[in-house]
Amino acid sequence: MGMSKLTGIKFPQWTVILKSFPVLRKSSDENKLHLSPFQVMVQKEIADHIRNWRFLILFAIILLACTGTLFSTLTDSLKTLGSDTSENTFFFLNLFTKSDGTLPSFFVFVGFLGPLFGIGLGFDAISSEQNRGTLSRIMAQPVPRDYILNAKFLAGIIVIGVMLFSLSFLVMGTGLIALGIPPTAEEFLRIIVYTLLSIVYVSFWLNLSILFSVRFRQPATSALTGIAVWLFFTIFYPLIVNLIVKGFEPSKYAAPNAIYIYKKLKFYLVQIMPNELFDEITSAILVPSVRSLGPLTMEQIQGAIPGSLPLAQSVLLVWPQVTGLLALTLLCFLFSYLIFMKREIRSRG
Amino acid sequence: MVEKSIEIVGLTKKYGNHVAVDNLSLSIEKGEIFGLLGPNGAGKSTTILMLLGLTDADSGSVKVCGINTARYPLKVKRRVGYLPEDVGFYNDYSGLQNLIYVARLNNMAVEKAKKAALEILLEVGLFDAKDKKVESYSRGMRQRLGLADVLIKRPEVIILDEPTLGLDPEGVNNFLGLIVRLSRKKGITVLFSSHHLHQIQQVCDRVGLFVRGRLLAEGKISSLAEQLFSKNTFTIEGAITSIHEDLDDAVIPLSEVVRKMNQLNGVAKVTLNDKRFVAVSEKDVTAELSRLIVNSGYGLNHLSKKEYGLDDIYHQYFQEEKKYNQKKV
Repeated sequence: MGMSKLTGIKFPQWTVILKSFPVLRKSSDENKLHLSPFQVMVQKEIADHIRNWRFLILFAIILLACTGTLFSTLTDSLKTLGSDTSENTFFFLNLFTKSDGTLPSFFVFVGFLGPLFGIGLGFDAISSEQNRGTLSRIMAQPVPRDYILNAKFLAGIIVIGVMLFSLSFLVMGTGLIALGIPPTAEEFLRIIVYTLLSIVYVSFWLNLSILFSVRFRQPATSALTGIAVWLFFTIFYPLIVNLIVKGFEPSKYAAPNAIYIYKKLKFYLVQIMPNELFDEITSAILVPSVRSLGPLTMEQIQGAIPGSLPLAQSVLLVWPQVTGLLALTLLCFLFSYLIFMKREIRSRG
Repeated sequence: MVEKSIEIVGLTKKYGNHVAVDNLSLSIEKGEIFGLLGPNGAGKSTTILMLLGLTDADSGSVKVCGINTARYPLKVKRRVGYLPEDVGFYNDYSGLQNLIYVARLNNMAVEKAKKAALEILLEVGLFDAKDKKVESYSRGMRQRLGLADVLIKRPEVIILDEPTLGLDPEGVNNFLGLIVRLSRKKGITVLFSSHHLHQIQQVCDRVGLFVRGRLLAEGKISSLAEQLFSKNTFTIEGAITSIHEDLDDAVIPLSEVVRKMNQLNGVAKVTLNDKRFVAVSEKDVTAELSRLIVNSGYGLNHLSKKEYGLDDIYHQYFQEEKKYNQKKV
């Protein structure tokens, strides 16, 4: 059916039969078929993503990595999952965080490949429309200019969301079959919160790459810049931070206060790294026994009983990190907006 | 009063120090085909972008269908179809799908959009290729798809930016014919920009000559010539033969005839070169000239009235521009 690419929905033959009932037809006409222009744009973007080779390849990589981890974790499940007695109660969370050492665990893969995925979906969002000459044609239609930016962003988020949720559920489902026990409500909620926050994280990279695609005409430039930023934060920035704090490193015999300040400085310097923020979020959400992210003074540790936090407390713990990630995402979006809204739309180049 | 489709008043656009459009005022009536003629870089495209609110004007105002573009760009875009220069489509979609997408962006329901798209495709002659991917379309087909894309929203005004660029002569003719036919049929106002004189001459009711961001002249092509070539619009060329064997045997010498020609009412200048003469005049004096020559005992080999085409208008302006530049240097 020729229509399927645009509507994104294939109508099987029986819908024709349904249409002969006036009541059914009316509802299907109004609810399903008549989408607002913005919804139409989002629909088209999603369809484009899903049929795109780039998406399929990235998805295949992530899927392979995750299933690989999952199997290596499960084959060794008794040893790895049961080894830590204090965390015995969280079998399902261990599926996400533990591995037998041959492959990194699930959350490491998401944290590592997520940014690539975000960059991959967004790096040519606007520039490709410009280079194909479709941007000026779409902008000549009666849709507000920001629709195209919003549609690209929303479509990306939806695709990422569906992908991450299906991966999380895949891990959970496999765990359910392999372990034979259902997750507790708390575990389930933690996994959902974790998945939602990883969507926020990937959407930051998506937004960053959309910003580059607005700014740079060449998709290659924008992709490389996106990857450069990602490399900078994962590899170079930690090195730079190490260089800086090295100068302030107190001796082993320094006063506890000095050591505390040094640790605090080190902690704050890495807080602008989106991947560091996400790592902290993951560890606090998926490992309930994590009680603090920054360094603590002796007074703060004194009298604390080791144990796991309830979900609400864990969320409270990473609230600043979540806010930071959201702020970075919004900042990227704001800049793309500022550049795009005042831009002159010429046909090509 | 005739309704105005496009009204531009004092429009100016600068890029840094470069003035792309300089205090442009222009109005186009409803149902008219207006040609915007100018060399590359004259500011035609910039003007068109400002008409649609795709770029901001530095000063001046634009009204399309009585609506201020800068203030209500969406309302304007609902009524105006715009075919950008070198239009692009989603190559991995078919022509039909591309059209349906645009129709749905104009808030049409899918089924209605499909119906409208099929109708338009039939009209522009792409019905057979409707399910082919656009990447397999030829240049001419893409241009026609572009026209379909413009017409599908049932616009009151269509703006075509260099639509014939890259088409072969036959394709140009077909395309121009299509524009004229469709716009007359539906009463659509057309603004058509080009640097090809003949195409504009072929289809446009009125022409605006655009050089260096300024509208140098506007009007019907014939009146454009009058505006540009001050007074002496008519040039008459002819060749004289003698009834006698030799011209010198004639009753009245040729120089005398030329003198008489010069005395004719409205004639500015007559030059004679062997047996050929060129007369420049304010009005059409062909009849008087031929009578004079025949009455003087000569024969006329040929007599032709030269009308100014856009080519002459164009070259005239380029020459003036060159002079202007040389003076500046």
